[in-house]
Amino acid sequence: MTAMPKPGAMPDPMVPRRFRVRKAWDEIDGVATMELDPVDGPQIAFQPGQFNMLYAFGVGEIAVSISGDAARADTLTHTTRAVGAVSTAITRLKAGDMVGVRGPFGSAWPIAEQEGRHIVFVAGGLGLAPLRPAIYHVLNNRDRYAGFTLVYGARSPSELVFADEVKDWKSRFDTEIEVTVDHAAPGWTGHVGVVTTWLDKTLLTVDPATVSAFMCGPEIMMRFSAASLANAGVAAERQFVSLERNMKCAIGFCGHCQYGADFICRDGPVFRYDAVAARLKLKEF
Amino acid sequence: MSASPAPALLIDDPAVLVEALQRQGWRVIGPQARDGAITYDPLTPGATLPKGLTDTQEGGHYRLGAGDPGRWFDYVVGPQSWKKHLFPSRQKLWEASRTDDGFAVTPVQDDYPKTAFFGVRACEIAAMEVQDRVFDNGDFADPGYGRRRAATLIVAVNCTRAAATCFCASMQTGPRAKAGFDIALTELATGTGLLVEVGSDRGAEIVDGLDLPRANAAHRAEAEAASAAAAAMQTRAMPPGMAGVLAANLDHPQWQVVADACLSCGNCTMACPTCFCSDVEDVNDLSGDHTERWRTWDSCFTVDFTYVHGGAVRRSTASRYRQWMTHKLSSWEAQFGTSGCVGCGRCIAWCPVGIDITAEAAAIAASPVPKE
Repeated sequence: MTAMPKPGAMPDPMVPRRFRVRKAWDEIDGVATMELDPVDGPQIAFQPGQFNMLYAFGVGEIAVSISGDAARADTLTHTTRAVGAVSTAITRLKAGDMVGVRGPFGSAWPIAEQEGRHIVFVAGGLGLAPLRPAIYHVLNNRDRYAGFTLVYGARSPSELVFADEVKDWKSRFDTEIEVTVDHAAPGWTGHVGVVTTWLDKTLLTVDPATVSAFMCGPEIMMRFSAASLANAGVAAERQFVSLERNMKCAIGFCGHCQYGADFICRDGPVFRYDAVAARLKLKEF
Repeated sequence: MSASPAPALLIDDPAVLVEALQRQGWRVIGPQARDGAITYDPLTPGATLPKGLTDTQEGGHYRLGAGDPGRWFDYVVGPQSWKKHLFPSRQKLWEASRTDDGFAVTPVQDDYPKTAFFGVRACEIAAMEVQDRVFDNGDFADPGYGRRRAATLIVAVNCTRAAATCFCASMQTGPRAKAGFDIALTELATGTGLLVEVGSDRGAEIVDGLDLPRANAAHRAEAEAASAAAAAMQTRAMPPGMAGVLAANLDHPQWQVVADACLSCGNCTMACPTCFCSDVEDVNDLSGDHTERWRTWDSCFTVDFTYVHGGAVRRSTASRYRQWMTHKLSSWEAQFGTSGCVGCGRCIAWCPVGIDITAEAAAIAASPVPKE
């Protein structure tokens, strides 16, 4: 996507830098957020949509998107779901613990290039985490954008991350936010249904020619959301997605994240939708 | 390594050049007949180059046997490539130890003395040039690879025969090395020595010290003709335009046909001189206080290769074979401006079921799936 600054003075791009956990807290069951301070060298400056390789001592390394505000230059924030050995170790880190970091890597949401437009964010589950830096950017610079819509879906109410923050965003008068779950639970009074149901509805109220969409979630959600956007008349070149694949190096050497000719670590993770639409239809690609 | 106008020379015994390199402090890695195959291992002082050997190769078949006893280089490429020296199959990247306040990381650099690769075939030079692009991609450069490559001298051997698995001529990578070497040898008629050509100042310096006789035009013409004969005897060829053909045929039924034979063993990726995929693993000691990060060769034929939470992306053999072949012949060109295939034929010979990449390519090229 947009050209990225190369990672700073990094003698060997495979060697992690040490960071210390400033604060860590659970978001929902199995999902934790931590803020990191550098032990060696400067804080990492990043652009919304980029990711780091996080290393838990003696366990291993995984790619994790940066979930914090890029404008807060002193803070590096990651939100991780415990799904494997490394991610579990990372979600268990506490304030004062040390973690290794390499990065930042990858392409960014071209959010600054979409100034003046109505920004529609579509998030599924923890897909809200890689979108959150872009959301912060739009909310912090709200007067530079024509509109703000977030359609956020999760399997169940207990799977909604950043729920309190989403409520705060919704309480602003200059945002349009729809939250939906696949399966309701006792006490849930919000929407039930797939993301596209509410995306379709919100798109009825905006001029599609002004919409730029940023999507992150399961690939099937992004495919159907892109179809909804296309049906509503939003141009393919105004739609952006973030993709995920296995990564071992993040610098284009290990080959794991290849997606056709693209290395998701270098050419992605953020792509213009029309660049990947054909591939998203291929099975086991 | 710019082309040098130095005149071609003649040498009777290539071992003289090996000894000269060793005397000048080069570690020489060259062909050895080992375990029934040609391997590329360090030549200890006094070690002899294999002589009088030839190979028979076919799909799933490799035999090293007796050939013309007077010939030095009548075998072609074996199961290994020089990749194992420039991009080791297991490489320690760094170590870390637990400290009072966390851990400390120490980068590790392997010992790689100045090294001469002796007996590098044209397709193998092409393969190194492919990996040069992989490991310095504009954004990042692999420091270990770059250091090893810079410390390596290339003594090429131009092939004067081809195996049945060779198809370098169709990939325009051989059988004669045009560049990328410091010194190149071409074996002339049995008993008449080898033509010595210089490809760099470094190579010229080494050859100058040997006081070799000059070759004449007839020698040079004979060497050219020998390479041309090696090209002419190639029975396999890669169909042209495969990058576009494969990109347009990702749903071709041939992927399932080949998958029905493919064992998904990954041999082709291990034998391939350009395949670069790797994994990392963390190795801890029993105390849990010390850990090492190792990089190891990996293969896109494993299910784990594409594992993300929830499972692997490429679960079927058809999807994995498609990934390997379309990467090698198609998407590689978009990534690195060159094909990932150099026509060495290793993946054909070392496939346990003899799958032939040229035949698979031809099958798809012959019956493209119609456009929607």
